[in-house]
Amino acid sequence: MSSARSRTIRVGALTRVEGEGALHVEMRDGVPEVVELNIYEPPRFFEAFLRGRAYTEPPDITARICGICPVAYQVSACNAIEQACGVTLDPELIALRRLLYCGEWIHSHALHIYMLHAPDFLGAPDVIAVARDHREAVERGLSLKKAGNRLMELIGGRSIHPVNVRLGGFYSVPTRADLAPMAEQLRRALDDALACVEWVAAFDFPDLTVDHELLALRAERYAIEDGAIARSDGPAFGIAEFSDHVRETHVPHSTALHATLDGRRHLTGPLARYTLNHDTLSPLAREAATAAGLGSECRNPFRSIVVRAVEVVYAVQEALRIIENYQRPARPYVPVEARPGIGHGVSEAPRGLLYHRYEIDEAGLIKAAVIVPPTSQNQAAIEDDLARVVVADGGLDDAALTAMCERTIRNYDPCISCATHFLTLRVTRR
Amino acid sequence: MPTLAVWKFASCDGCQLTLLDCEDELLTLAEQVQIAAFAEASSAVVAGPYDVSLVEGSITTPVDERRIKEIRAQSGVLVAIGACATAGGIQALRNFADVTEFASVVYARPDYIHTLATSTAASDHVTVDYELRGCPIDRGQLLDTLAALLVGRKPKLPAATVCTECKRSGVTCVTVAEGIPCLGPVTHAGCGALCPRHHRGCYGCFGPMATPNMGAVIPLLHRDGMSGDDVDRVFSTFNVTQFDAAREAAQSDGRPKPP
Repeated sequence: MSSARSRTIRVGALTRVEGEGALHVEMRDGVPEVVELNIYEPPRFFEAFLRGRAYTEPPDITARICGICPVAYQVSACNAIEQACGVTLDPELIALRRLLYCGEWIHSHALHIYMLHAPDFLGAPDVIAVARDHREAVERGLSLKKAGNRLMELIGGRSIHPVNVRLGGFYSVPTRADLAPMAEQLRRALDDALACVEWVAAFDFPDLTVDHELLALRAERYAIEDGAIARSDGPAFGIAEFSDHVRETHVPHSTALHATLDGRRHLTGPLARYTLNHDTLSPLAREAATAAGLGSECRNPFRSIVVRAVEVVYAVQEALRIIENYQRPARPYVPVEARPGIGHGVSEAPRGLLYHRYEIDEAGLIKAAVIVPPTSQNQAAIEDDLARVVVADGGLDDAALTAMCERTIRNYDPCISCATHFLTLRVTRR
Repeated sequence: MPTLAVWKFASCDGCQLTLLDCEDELLTLAEQVQIAAFAEASSAVVAGPYDVSLVEGSITTPVDERRIKEIRAQSGVLVAIGACATAGGIQALRNFADVTEFASVVYARPDYIHTLATSTAASDHVTVDYELRGCPIDRGQLLDTLAALLVGRKPKLPAATVCTECKRSGVTCVTVAEGIPCLGPVTHAGCGALCPRHHRGCYGCFGPMATPNMGAVIPLLHRDGMSGDDVDRVFSTFNVTQFDAAREAAQSDGRPKPP
């Protein structure tokens, strides 16, 4: 119900996002008074039931937090537990882990670009409707997504909750000959990925420049399966200090928690990765980014679709590079013996930095687990963007403004199943 | 055109994602059925009733207890997809613990959490016509089920074990050849023996078959190096409720509960 002075925007069930959430915005005289992203996804209590499990189990168990990014969970869990147990992987095994992760980036980004996000730019409710006018583009997207899935199946056994990942590496490792047909498919996918960048670059992007602090991993190559923590504003810190800086805190008038970086809102995911790591992209990916109108940084969340497309180009090329240089590891995994202590692990999930911390006891059982998914970190940034958008687009009618709010949320590709740490976030501005 | 709806309860979204992972078939499927409600994939929602509903996830809240009944009332055929919907999922570990204590570990304001003490399958609340097992479900089984319902035949959902599938596909038995503990002899078929193909013992993500011989498999697991706690844990994952019931049935002599 809206009047000239007060307006209420409600979305009962957000669509084209992973998980269950709702939106509630109240404005008075064009000023947002309540911006509420209500997450009603039921809690599943992973951190509670991980206690008492064997130190070998978190990769399989935490994969089930998210069907779209299970490899991210498996890799962050492995990184944390391997660190606690003092194990370093053989370089060939790290390369294979990165190759599997490339598959997840390709699949997850293609899913978001074509099925969840592009419909917003084309005024369509879903990808099926998009396919009526853009059949060729959608077929290209499906083929790209399929290449990512096949890569995950080849290395991980299946694309949703891969079975072949274990602490220290894999249960079995492919031969060079096993990978050869995949390289063929990836070469075709590279053309599709470049065409994808061109396609999304031509979309019409609303103006929005955000000043959230950016948080991402950084490594010699574009950070995916591991890296050091980098940020745009404050001083960098070690992974072991993650919980000292990224805290789940109470917000005034809030009944729930959300994560902040040194007390301020921050952003993780494609925009943060691209802006902090642009120099580590491959020349081809950088060239595609430039042609698509991206500079050395991107701070418009609506353009995140272009950044995802550039990251797909990178991931496909990176997968090809790893396959080309592939030497079958001498052993499928490095043995990981339990050792009491604490381990921290990070990796770049498609949606951003994913942190795991495990405390392992004398018996090799998990004593405590902490998981900070990207979406819980992005919560404050999403809600800040919403507050800006409702002011900037206050002239739109309710239906159009509601659609704009939903788009603002979809920019972040939120993964609500991952992030049920916060149930209702209410921010009231007076 | 027949209508298809996809519903989510407590879950990871992986099973409904399986539908979007049918890259080669999705556009063809959309020409045969109207995808009338599928929040993860579409903003357009058509009101019920629906010819076929796919239900993902387990029932863990009072609201969802009501919602599953409403969905049943609006659905011609209701298919539960995945271990959460068919067995309560891994979140059913709460059924063997104190959910209030669980909430206090994860949330700063546990008093705000509205959750049930149990996580249960769709079939604990309503009549379910077909169940696709697995964490996650198998893409081929999903496609076959949809195709079957379209042409009016029964879906092919073989009740065999992973062990049977594994033998048929000619994979060397990881238990016999190498002494790797494997749940294949008691686990429901459907995955195509994925783990043994990757030199790993089956870990039971499709849950128990209808008449699992738990009494025979558990001594083999011990023989191949698993401790009593290891055995408890391997049966206490994505299908914990069903494996627990199967073990209970096999041996009801005060065996300790899952962790």
